[in-house]
Formats: sequence, structure tokens, C-alpha cells
Amino acid sequence: MTLKTRIIPCLDVKDGRVVKGVKFLDLVDAGDPVEAAKAYDAAGADELCFLDITASHEDRGILFDVVTRTAEACFMPLTVGGGVRKVEDIRALLLAGADKVSINTAAVTNRGFVKEAAEKFGGQCVVVAIDAKQVSPGRWEIFTHGGRNATGLEAVAFAREVVSLGAGELLVTSMDRDGTKSGYDLGLTERIADAVSVPVIASGGVGDLDDLVAGVRDGHASAVLAASIFHFGTYTIQQAKEHMAAAGLAMRLD
Amino acid sequence: MSQLVTIIDYGSGNLHSAAKAFERAATESGLSSTIRVTSDTAEVRRADRIVLPGVGAFADCRRGLDAVPGMVETLEEVVRQKQRPFLGICVGMQLLASRGLEHTVTQGLGWIPGDVALIVPDDDSLKIPHMGWNTLHKQDEHALLDGIETGPEGLHAYFVHSYALIPERPEDVLALTEHGGPVTAMVARGNVAGTQFHPEKSQKLGLKLIANFLRWTP
Repeated sequence: MTLKTRIIPCLDVKDGRVVKGVKFLDLVDAGDPVEAAKAYDAAGADELCFLDITASHEDRGILFDVVTRTAEACFMPLTVGGGVRKVEDIRALLLAGADKVSINTAAVTNRGFVKEAAEKFGGQCVVVAIDAKQVSPGRWEIFTHGGRNATGLEAVAFAREVVSLGAGELLVTSMDRDGTKSGYDLGLTERIADAVSVPVIASGGVGDLDDLVAGVRDGHASAVLAASIFHFGTYTIQQAKEHMAAAGLAMRLD
Repeated sequence: MSQLVTIIDYGSGNLHSAAKAFERAATESGLSSTIRVTSDTAEVRRADRIVLPGVGAFADCRRGLDAVPGMVETLEEVVRQKQRPFLGICVGMQLLASRGLEHTVTQGLGWIPGDVALIVPDDDSLKIPHMGWNTLHKQDEHALLDGIETGPEGLHAYFVHSYALIPERPEDVLALTEHGGPVTAMVARGNVAGTQFHPEKSQKLGLKLIANFLRWTP
């Protein structure tokens, strides 16, 4: 008996539709999120993630509806992020049926928000999404607004800080790799995973199934997130699990 | 006649999706059940089965439960005296303990004597919270586990917690899981049972367990 590595398909959602940005630009419409969620539930995904990628700018009511309908149909854990800035945003998402809420920009601009969220709802439902770019050898910095805004914050120190404030999980995305299919940034993932006590989800850059294996084996991630390789049918969840199990990782195959 | 199942609403998270999972399990197994999410003690008194969910911190959940007028007394009456089947989920199970030690010492319901303490894995590389899918190691036969494969090759349950219930009486532990040492996954004593994992998020295992609960005659 051992805790299994989680595979988390991520649905980037805009206006209630699934999209996948290449480096968060050139969005391609890839379907209805609720239907996609049901398909991933049936396919044995270990969790689901919705990121409302343009939530900072646009009306979010439609997202709550998507979350509610997904939670009614899928009996698996659901993380929702994008534009989460206030305690009320978290409460609304949890009440709609999200199990965890991911905080990105607001964790950077207001660290107290992470603490407040963890105290209010428990660290188990507070995921801090860290978007980082490598700025020099061995140094990664935090970027916000889909990678557009530099903050100058060093990523590992930031990770440690948000965990000390109560974050229960970190979603670590390499903005250099996102959409490139060249694999996770393993240096970034490993440094953060080794620096914190909470689980780390590797994200950004998956091109093939070996990338998923590397995220866990070399990046020390507890979970791997991917979007396009699953959304566009390059690989099924089952193929990914079997490949990772064959590589010696503990996977849930039921 | 349809049985009434109440899921107790005391402000601890979303219960709508939990209710949907119970409805799905009832439908799939042909059990006529009315699932109600409620904070109404009169409705809980009428219930044939009672579910106490719970997410967040132990002390917050205890406060939330105490804040519903008469709810703790009602639970004592219908669960302890009238012996109706009861299932606690996650912190709803932890509340069965004598004490919670999360942040501060908080009194539990005391139905399953023991403490709720931080998980300390024997391997430093293991992460806390214990978050994700793990298998169950059955300690005893029980109707709630009917048809559910346990052991290393068995079905998986979804956990997300940093604290775990350590019952004083080993016989109250129905199933363990493993995270750098044994961790209580299920407790049962008489008509009172609890799961540390979330059956409503545990796909196949979860729906089977919920169906078993809906059929359970302790």
C-alpha cells in the first residue's frame, strides 16, 4: 500500500469552453468542459483541474455553472483556479463543487490571502499555482498574468513561504516550457518539491509519456498535470498510467 | 418504502456533490432512497440513516456543528440511543474521536475514543497532506466493505488529510492505509462508522461503499 502518483488532466476554460493556449497565446477551442470532465472521469483520471485562464478580465458566472455541472456528474476531486482573489471567490467555488481552489496572482500580490484562505477553509483545499521562468542558471522567478508580468520573486523561496502560510499543495508551471512539448522543467520542479513538505504538481511542457515519468522520478513531483497530450488524443490516461507503472511508479490502475 | 438519508449541513463545504454521489449509488444499486442535505434537526430525527461530512480544520468543524442549535443532542439521540446507521466522512469521521489535536485541543463527540493527531511519516520524503489515492488494508470483515477489493492490489480511495484518528480500542479500526506507517482509513463500532477518505470522490470504491452503507443493517 502506498500513495499513488496522480495524473491530472487540466482543462483551460474560457467562456465556458475548453481551450489550450500555446504559451498562453493562440487559443484553440477544444470542447465542452463538462463533457470532457465526464470522459476523464470514465477514463480513470485521478483528479481534474479547471483553470479559468482569462478570469482576471471577464465575467466568471459561467465558470460556476461549469463547476456545478461537473461536480454533479464526476465523483472525483476537482481543482479550480483562475482569478481567485478573495475569500468569497474561494467560498463560491467550493460551494459550486470544487474540492480545491488554486490561487495564483493573488498569492503573489497578497501573501496574507494564502494564510486567510488556509485558516478559513483548511490548507487541504488551498493550492498555490506558481508560474515561473528561468532567469539565469539555477534561478527561477515568479511571473503572473499568464507569464506577462515579472515579479522578481525567487521561485523556491516563494514556494517555501506560501507553504509556511498554509498552502496544502503547489502547482508548479514552467512558463518556459508551457505549450512547447519539450518536457517539464525538471530543475524547477525538483528544487521546489525538495524544498517543501506538501505535494507538488508538475506542469507545463509535456510532449510524451516519458515526460510524465521524469516529472515524478527526476522532478520529485507527487502528481503530473497535462493538457494537450490528453485533450487531442495523443495518449489516453490509461496509456499514461501503464507507461508510468512500467517505469516503476506506483499508479492507480483500477 | 423509500428510506430517508440525511447529510448534515453545518457549513462545512459543498454537500451538493456528496448528495449526488449518494443518489447515484442508490440508483445504481436499485435502492429507493431520499437523500436530503439538511441542518434541520427534525429532519435528522426522522432519518433512517445519517451522514456527517466535514472538510477543513477539526476545531472549525466542531464549532460549525455546535452552531446548529440542538444538532449534537439530536445526533446523540438518533445515533447513540436509537442506533441508526451513521457514517462520518473525513473530518466528519474525525469528530467521532474524544479529542482533536489540530492547532489546539478540541473535544470531539467521543463515540470512538481516541485522538486525532498529525500524521508523522517514518520517511521524510513523504508529503503531508496525505493527498491522493491509496489502498485499504481491511482489519475485519464488515458489511460496508462487501464486494470491495482491499489490499495492495485492491481498489483505491481518495484521501486528503494531515491528521488522522487513532482509536484507543484497536478493534474500532476497520481499515488502515499506509503513509510512512499505518494510518486509520475506516472506523466502525456498532451502528457508527467513518471513512477518513472521501467515498463521494472515490469513483468505483466510493460508489460501492455508499451503496453498502445504504443497505447496512448494523
